[in-house]
Amino acid sequence: MEPQSLAFRERAARALADPVLETALRRLETGWQEGRTRAAAALPEFEALRDAAVAIKNHVLANLDLYLEIFEERFRAAGGVVHWARDAAEARAIALEICRAVGAKTVTKSKSMVAEEIGLNPFLEANGLRVVETDLGEYIVQLAGEVPSHLVGPAVHMTRERIAELFARHHGGPPKEDSAALVAEARRVLRQRYLEAEVGITGANFLVAETGSVVTVTNEGNAELTQGLPRVHLVITSIEKLVPTVEDAFTLLRLLARSATGQEFSGYTTFLTGPARPGDRDGPKEMHLVLLDNGRSAMVGGPFREMLRCIRCGACMNHCPVYLAVGGHAYGWVYVGPMGSVLTPQFAGLERTWTLPHASTFCGRCQEVCPVRIPLPKLMRLWREEAHRRHLPPPTARFGLSAWGFLARRPALYRLATRLAAAGLGLLGRRRGRFSRLPLAAGWTASRDFPVPSGPTFRALWRTRGRP
Amino acid sequence: MSEAREAILARIRTALGRTAEARAAAAAEIGARLAAPRPGPLPSRAAVAGEERIALFGRMARAVGAEVQRLSGPDGIRDAVVEFLRRHNLPARLVRAADPLLDAAGLEADPLLEVRTGVPAEPDPVGLTVALAGIAETGTLLLASAAERPTLLAFLPETSIVVLPTAALVGTYEEAWARLRGRPGFPPRSVNLITGPSRTGDIPPSIELGAHGPRRLLVLLVDEARPVES
Repeated sequence: MEPQSLAFRERAARALADPVLETALRRLETGWQEGRTRAAAALPEFEALRDAAVAIKNHVLANLDLYLEIFEERFRAAGGVVHWARDAAEARAIALEICRAVGAKTVTKSKSMVAEEIGLNPFLEANGLRVVETDLGEYIVQLAGEVPSHLVGPAVHMTRERIAELFARHHGGPPKEDSAALVAEARRVLRQRYLEAEVGITGANFLVAETGSVVTVTNEGNAELTQGLPRVHLVITSIEKLVPTVEDAFTLLRLLARSATGQEFSGYTTFLTGPARPGDRDGPKEMHLVLLDNGRSAMVGGPFREMLRCIRCGACMNHCPVYLAVGGHAYGWVYVGPMGSVLTPQFAGLERTWTLPHASTFCGRCQEVCPVRIPLPKLMRLWREEAHRRHLPPPTARFGLSAWGFLARRPALYRLATRLAAAGLGLLGRRRGRFSRLPLAAGWTASRDFPVPSGPTFRALWRTRGRP
Repeated sequence: MSEAREAILARIRTALGRTAEARAAAAAEIGARLAAPRPGPLPSRAAVAGEERIALFGRMARAVGAEVQRLSGPDGIRDAVVEFLRRHNLPARLVRAADPLLDAAGLEADPLLEVRTGVPAEPDPVGLTVALAGIAETGTLLLASAAERPTLLAFLPETSIVVLPTAALVGTYEEAWARLRGRPGFPPRSVNLITGPSRTGDIPPSIELGAHGPRRLLVLLVDEARPVES
């Protein structure tokens, strides 16, 4: 998928004018945001778990080469096949080859952000395969011809009425009124697809080196039917998902659902180790796993390394004032919210996405709630600096920033400038006490007045009153 | 694609600045870590035993929509199943695991119950299987695949009934996993941690049960039943 991130400003403006989206996004605040607060408060060990999770992920990243080798060896010993892919094109080609080898016509797919990242669906479809998403949210988004707008809830931007319309159009019959009827309808339709599919594709939440296992997490149970019914199970995942042991996976799992939706634990957590064994009466005959790099190995030794700790819980977006105002589609690519603003420039190139790290107020809530304590504001700032260095933002913005930087690094000059500005503005606005228009500050005065400075500057006050 | 493998690993090794010595030292450390897995911080709420543990399991499982019934012995399984199916107005037709505990329950002797053993197929309405462990921490069941216990029993039918010997109830996930370690065929092909029935919040405004997996989950906690294979 081509990133549309340069149009962030326009897409965000459209989103802000959309009352339906506003209602949909408000549900995230009352649902998942408050849910996380409650779940964290109900578990006294929550902060200790976060520290432990950071240590696990850091340890894996510092030894990623060894853990990948051990995982590969044990996954293979269990009867699975590992395929390595340097980039999206390699990963797509491997997936297609696996589907073709069994003469697949229908492929079911449980939600996988890595599959979104590599644009798997359009590629398989262009090659004559029918791809059916089974996560309900992802299925809805697929019917609408859209992309996910949230890591955990791909269809959070949709209303029930819109979903009812979509279902009526694609499944026939009149639009249904209540969610229970819609869920039952999706269940009935997708049941047939599960049974038809020759290949089932899932992602992986974790890969366990100790046992060579793949861990999937869902609430619907769709991953188990996706991988359990077809002849071939294909896992599409990436190299940073490794954890050393099953115990380590449990530490991260205790954080995942609580951070994501505020649940104590997700409905279904499954550890899969290889395909069906002799005597097994169900399970796939073959199990393949694509290990995608796509720029991650370059992050291992660089300033964005900490981003590789991400477990894709979505807490950063559920708590982001920018995301909650504009929704996921404004970001213009697969990964959205604060985590997306750090990852997207890495995967899709800063030239086409430099706007995203600017889409933040740096309020810091994302870092506060991140279960693996990723310093998201710091990482976004690194991208901003890089964008500035590479002259990507427009000249006016760069000039303004440079001028401010020049002043801010010279305290005496800064003091003088702010004093003059405060005095000048105070004089000019003496009569009305406010400005309804100011040069260079149209963004502020377009929707509210600018108050007239009423006395000495903050720095002057600080000096006379001293530290509190 | 081994060319890709070498390229990716080489990039990581370069990024980590690995010398042969550092690599050997790290390999030894990792070997030790994998050979003796250590748990992270464990929830204190799970450090309860006996009746308290049973109560915690029941509370947590019910909170996510499971029904939990306690039976004094395996001979109560049949009546509990029949009563549950009748109460929910469900067909008296089920597919079950070929587990000794269920063999002993005498389900086949009930003239009103149609029982098959093996893998469920669409549209079998009810699946009955046995859990290897129950986890009080979050009211979670641990199921493991085996020739006699097909995984699909707990996923395909609309109603899932799971028998859990009370003696197989533990506090944490780690304790449950420890029950698997060291058994022949470890780790099982598929280990399913199940917490309540299938659910989705994808269609607003409510959480709906039975998105793909079971709409109903009944846990039969059976005293005086031997845990599976122990």
